[in-house]
Amino acid sequence: MTVKELKVTAIENGTVIDHIPSKNVFQVIRILNLENFDNQILFGTNLESKKYGTKGIIKVKNKFFESKEINKIALVAPKATLIIIKDFKVVEKKTVEIPDHIDEIVKCFNPNCITNVEKVKTKFDVVSKEEVILRCHYCEKNTVKNNITFR
Amino acid sequence: MKGKSLISINDYTKEEQLAILELASHFEKHPIQKILDGYVVATLFFEPSTRTRLSFESAVNRLGGKVIGFSDTSSTSVQKGESLKDTILTVSNYSDLIVMRNPVEGSARYASEVATVPLINAGDGSNQHPTQTLLDLYSIRQTQGKLDDLHVAFVGDLKYGRTVHSLVIALCNYNTTFHLVSPVELKLPSSVKIHIKEKNLKYYQYTDMNDVFNSADILYMTRIQRERFSDPLEYERVKDLYILEKRMINDVKENLKILHPLPRVNEISEDIDDTPQAYYFQQALNGVYVRQALITSILGLKV
Repeated sequence: MTVKELKVTAIENGTVIDHIPSKNVFQVIRILNLENFDNQILFGTNLESKKYGTKGIIKVKNKFFESKEINKIALVAPKATLIIIKDFKVVEKKTVEIPDHIDEIVKCFNPNCITNVEKVKTKFDVVSKEEVILRCHYCEKNTVKNNITFR
Repeated sequence: MKGKSLISINDYTKEEQLAILELASHFEKHPIQKILDGYVVATLFFEPSTRTRLSFESAVNRLGGKVIGFSDTSSTSVQKGESLKDTILTVSNYSDLIVMRNPVEGSARYASEVATVPLINAGDGSNQHPTQTLLDLYSIRQTQGKLDDLHVAFVGDLKYGRTVHSLVIALCNYNTTFHLVSPVELKLPSSVKIHIKEKNLKYYQYTDMNDVFNSADILYMTRIQRERFSDPLEYERVKDLYILEKRMINDVKENLKILHPLPRVNEISEDIDDTPQAYYFQQALNGVYVRQALITSILGLKV
């Protein structure tokens, strides 16, 4: 284990989400609804990273995410690595992938969309995973990468 | 199609669209029938409309059905802050079918998910207006005897006109050649063009409308909408670019017909109205037959 990883204490069982862009750590916490999670959560940001300059990391004790749940973070942390820890040992490493559909977390860019006017949960079809283009299920307008904001 | 809401034109397959057009030609021959006796259709218009609302109501009345609804929200609980969801759930209790126009984009899809009866989108902001597309297809078929292999010219505001977008997409099923006339700043958006490209169809772009008169079977005129321009000078520059006058159509194909979703401002001069090429008022009448066909299909009625 490298020195910089030890800046955030190791966990016995749970999930480590590594290689999060520094500025998006809090976004990931919100998307995964970790704010309302009772177990131990450790996180660090602006940590040194050989690959990306700086990075953020989140460690969630005793939590193993479903793919459907974790893939939501691909919008803000496309290069994230998921490390599953059991008995302090790495048992699995996974990457995240942008899902085909994105529900609830993203806000539609169109101010005149019903989801921005009434209490309606957003739903998007991902029309391009490469360029990150989301097509609103309701108003049918595209929300593109640079316009993505979260609810 | 029984029970199937129509929100976007692509909700119905090509075969389903053609079945509606076929049934519409039956209603053109027999517009008055009492097959909707005992049925109630709700028309909820959250913003103004002349043709769409009246042609829906005319369609229902001529088939012996009853219409309930409103043409503006000032006399409804919407004014008290009632949500769209609550309005739709309530009206679902009172009717067999809901027709809705609402300025909020996506409101029709949402309403159809909430409603317990089928819903027809009569326009949701700048998004979709599928019954206009069906009546445009019907008008093209009635005037040309077919839908396949035609040269269709679109003139005016191709960027913001939702009727243009939906019709272009629908025509991609029929090997259409597209002639697109607009100022550079009002060109057809790439999100629509992609449908033409996917089907490998031919399209040509022009800024001068005189370039299309020799080749077009259908000339689809549109209004340049003042409300779309943030810069009034820009509007002034383009507003009178495309005015169709009688002298311009002396040398056109014999079968050419001029369509317009209406309302028009000045883009078709009134001296065109009496020419054999003018078809836009008949087009508006066709809206009644197409809507009769759509309503009876969705209600699953035998005609």
